[in-house]
Parts: sequence; C-alpha cells; structure tokens
Amino acid sequence: MSHDHDHAGEHTHVHRYPPRPDQDDTLTYYRAMEAAVRELLIDKGVITAEDVRRQVENMDGRNAGRGATMVARAWLDPAYKQRMLADGSRAAEEIGLDVGPLKLVVVENTPAVHNVIVCTLCSCYPRMLLGLPPDWYKSRNYRSRVVREPRAVLAEFGTVIPEDVLIRVHDSTADMRYLVVPRRPEGTDNWSEAELTRLVTRDSMIGVAFAENAPSGPV
Amino acid sequence: MRAAYPIGHVRTPYYVRGKHGVIERLCGVFPNPEELAYARPGRPAQPLYRVRFLQRDVWPDYAGQPVDVVEVEIYQHWLEAEEHGR
Repeated sequence: MSHDHDHAGEHTHVHRYPPRPDQDDTLTYYRAMEAAVRELLIDKGVITAEDVRRQVENMDGRNAGRGATMVARAWLDPAYKQRMLADGSRAAEEIGLDVGPLKLVVVENTPAVHNVIVCTLCSCYPRMLLGLPPDWYKSRNYRSRVVREPRAVLAEFGTVIPEDVLIRVHDSTADMRYLVVPRRPEGTDNWSEAELTRLVTRDSMIGVAFAENAPSGPV
Repeated sequence: MRAAYPIGHVRTPYYVRGKHGVIERLCGVFPNPEELAYARPGRPAQPLYRVRFLQRDVWPDYAGQPVDVVEVEIYQHWLEAEEHGR
C-alpha cells in the first residue's frame, strides 16, 4: 500500500492516488468567448447572473418525464394519439408542454412496426421532452451502426425484434426531432395516466427498448 | 437522390446519395442549412421532406428483413425525379 504516514510530527496522511484532472482546466476558444459575451451582457445590464443560472437550471431540469406524459396520454386517448401523430409539436403544447421551436414528429410502435431514432450526423434529440441525450446516443458506434444493422444494435440493448416486425430507422438529419410511442404493456387496462407514465422510459421513447412491463400484482 | 459530393456543411448523409426513395411527407419549408452554416440568410428557403428508403437498396449487404426501411430528412434541392416509377 502506498500510504505514507508521517509519525514524527502531526499525523498527516499523504495518499498517493493519481491526481484526478479538473474538468474546467482548459480555457478553450469557445469557453473564453462564452465568458466574454456573458460578462459583457451582465455588465451592460442586458441580463443578470441570476438569469443565466436560472436558465442553466431550467435546461438541466428537463427530463424524460415530459415525453412520458405525452405517451401515457396517447395510450389512454386514441383521439389525442391521432393528433400527436399528425402534429407532435401542437400535441405537446395542447397538454401544456412548452417545446419552443421544436418540430416534433411522433412515430408509433405497433405489432407490425418498430421505430428507432438516431442522428447519424451529430446528436439531434428532443431535449425539451427527454432532457439531455445519453452518451451512447452521441457515440460514433451507435450513430454509424444502428442505421445499417438496427436489429443487431437493438439486440445489444437486450431488445430483440421478431423477424416479422418491420424496423423503421429514423435519421434525424435536419429540422425535425422524433419521439417514439412504445407499445402499451399488457395488463394495464385500468391504469391511470400517472401510473402509466412510470412505465415509459427514456430508452423506450428513443426506440432502443420496450416500455416497462406492468409488475404482476397490485401496484 | 442526387449523387453529389459538394464541399461544405451538407446535411444529406452520404449513405443515401444516389439512392432511390419515396417521399413519406413534407415537413415544411426551412432556410437552407448549407447557407446558414456560413452566416448567410439561407434563401431561398427549401422544402424539407422525409424520404423513405428500403434498407436493402441502401446497403447491398443488409442483414435484416427485406421490408426494413430507413427514413431521412432531405431538402428538396437534393431530390431528382425518377423517369420510371418504381
């Protein structure tokens, strides 16, 4: 063990672990530009430091619960689901979800079709509804492979698609963002919207997983 | 699809260039990203479509099912009409 204990004087510990680099130790070109513009805007009274903090908190607070609410509503209300498939952005606004300029396309999994989303060019993702994308979604591995061998990639996620189910890969290359409505699990006939929402995971709305199964027995 | 390889900020993936697809829907009209990327106004705005390709037409060695598809957003100036319908 590499603990050097100094027993001569004060009982100080020197732990020789490799130093862990700080994550903010490189002042890159864009970091310097961000700091300069932010400080200038604050100095000139255009925005306040609190505005910036509040907006960062707001962005970090977005999560897949928003998308899950839309999916659960669609499972319960066929008319809502039809409006959602016709115009995803409007359907989000209809239930009070602010999606900003997001142009949302909603696609539905059925017994015959399984949908999965990728952005092969970068990492386009419906952040307003799902929060920040997972690291694997941005990886070159996922982006390059799911578009040409989707069945193999989905199987690596533990999601095996039967051969008689068509796979539809959506490449989010331009101005649209995508949300998958997974299939509603069996045994949830009398469930409330709040209960259903808990079964709708982030990955099921990207299309790399199914919605969670209903636990057997009372919830 | 046009089989073109211009230099610049192009949002048409290589893997569908020169391939045959079918328009799935019109998404709207958007400023041209190939212009926006260079701080130009992106006019004229381009209609944007979702185009559906059979995977077996895109990847000759596609190992999935013959009915599998990939759908990609394509700006109109990348489309070419086919002389014979498929």
